[in-house]
Amino acid sequence: MEPLHEGKLKHLEELATGIRETIIETLLEAKSGHSAGPLGMADIFTALYFHILNHRPKKPDWSDRDRLILSNGHICPVRYVTMAYAGYFPIEELKTLRKINSRLQGHPHRGVLPGVETTSGPLGSGISQAIGVALTARLDNKKYFVYCVTSDGEHQEGNAWEAIMFAGKQKHKLNNLIVIVDRNNIQIDGFTEEIMPLEPFVEKYEAFNWHVMEVDGHNMTEFVDAVNEAKAIYEKPTVIIAHTIPGKGVSFMERDFAWHGKPPNKEEAEQALKELRTLGTRIKSEHE
Amino acid sequence: MSSNMLNLEAKLSSKIFDSDIEMVPTRNGYGEGLVRAGKENKNVVVLCADLTESTRSHLFAKEFPERFFEVGVAEQNMATIAAGFGISGKIPFISSYAVFSPGRNYEQIRTTIAYNDSNVKVAGAHAGISVGPDGATHQATEDMAIMRAMPNMKVLCPCDAIEAKKATVAAAKIWGPVYLRFGREKSAVITTEGTPFTPGKAEVFWQSRKPECAIIACGILVHNALLAAHDLEKEKIGTIVLNNHTLDPIDDRVVKEVAKKTGAVVTVEEHQITGGLGGAVAEVLARVFPVPIEFIGMQDIFGESGPPHDLVEKYGMGVKDIKKAVKKVIKRK
Repeated sequence: MEPLHEGKLKHLEELATGIRETIIETLLEAKSGHSAGPLGMADIFTALYFHILNHRPKKPDWSDRDRLILSNGHICPVRYVTMAYAGYFPIEELKTLRKINSRLQGHPHRGVLPGVETTSGPLGSGISQAIGVALTARLDNKKYFVYCVTSDGEHQEGNAWEAIMFAGKQKHKLNNLIVIVDRNNIQIDGFTEEIMPLEPFVEKYEAFNWHVMEVDGHNMTEFVDAVNEAKAIYEKPTVIIAHTIPGKGVSFMERDFAWHGKPPNKEEAEQALKELRTLGTRIKSEHE
Repeated sequence: MSSNMLNLEAKLSSKIFDSDIEMVPTRNGYGEGLVRAGKENKNVVVLCADLTESTRSHLFAKEFPERFFEVGVAEQNMATIAAGFGISGKIPFISSYAVFSPGRNYEQIRTTIAYNDSNVKVAGAHAGISVGPDGATHQATEDMAIMRAMPNMKVLCPCDAIEAKKATVAAAKIWGPVYLRFGREKSAVITTEGTPFTPGKAEVFWQSRKPECAIIACGILVHNALLAAHDLEKEKIGTIVLNNHTLDPIDDRVVKEVAKKTGAVVTVEEHQITGGLGGAVAEVLARVFPVPIEFIGMQDIFGESGPPHDLVEKYGMGVKDIKKAVKKVIKRK
């Protein structure tokens, strides 16, 4: 995979901003759903779908595709919007999110929407499913990579650590497994370190024999470089702990756990869209 | 006149009513079935949670080490890793005791296997009170209810080791999630290789000339049902014994047929009387042909330690209990 050059980076950043706007519009239309996580992960999903993944949106069941398993299903608005932008289904269909007879279930469901690899929502069981898929690739001599996006909060589930323990067993050589943790420090009831501390997070993964990297989850160049490094690691699985800002791009949602599980109302959405529409200029000035 | 009214077409063991009938645990059939399924299809993989020998998965592990995965004491992880295998082209079997799987990992099975429509086979060994000395913590008596209530999940409870092997081989060929239930203790081998077995199709094992009651049974208690039928025949009470190995989807055509022929039903299972075979039969008959039903099984109670046979008797699933239930239900007509 190519590192990101400046032109492509600019293009992806604009795309990510567009995806954030569409997330807000989609949540407003749905009248329920999660805001903070999807906005926080917009940069990573943009980088995955538009630069990293080896996939064919028009042929979602292509057998050699990289698999993207979303463990924390509740952030699916960012996955749906990014998939629509990538051409998996019409952008117009996003208006059906969480409504009756929709392919866009409140938490993603495999089978109804091509391109969604697993049904998810109940937390802590994505990494182990990714392990199963990665082991299949091993047995079948397939070259695809398995990416698993998880939240930090769901690492409070026992199932997650059972999976991390299994994957770290050297015999399994799961170097085709790349876990991405959305380290945004919030969960429904508050801040992770107050609810049930996860730190020292890096050391925990290292103790389970994983290759661990930390990145700024809003710096796509850093993230792409980390994925390239992960692909080069031979003897163990990799976890990329991506530090993100929940609600990123909308000032009144950023870092506020109250926005974990609710959508904006009309006024809030208007305010959010206004901020996002000037975000490009703000990013530019930050860069300068 | 002979009191033996075994259905000849079922090609059952000639020793059913003899004391020297061969005794083999149904879990052995699982182990042998896995090896056969593994030979037939290279996509079969087996996972186990630190109970490899006890679930008889070791037979597969020995034959196909590269397709066997030991996950340690982690049933939730076992179910979800299997879910990943099942959505990517493999046919995983997960093996543990039924109290742990589908007990401990119920939600993982529901979301990542059943709702996810992943091609996983869940094998619950050590089911029922006949687990014996280990006590109630290890005696699964609610597993069939849990699995039967789950959409997308098929539920099979074979009656002996031979049928267990057939069910295991068949499960690998069925698309989608399947639950297979096995016992720990040695139990009578009542069928033969020639006994018909098709998932979803109940088989008549005993057919009196003038049946007054149908005994619908599953699992190792099918033997007790046959022993009861044999005794009742001597008392001039005719019955039909149905081996109903598939609880979901239940063979509603045959269940209705035997209810219509007899006008009274007794269900027999090594499981709580709610939600398992009794529940399934009652649901069918309430809809299509209501008749009086008596339920043999665990009466909303946990078991305890003890010798398997004595426990079966103590908790009301013995031959005499079945006979009593038959007589009672006939009176209720």
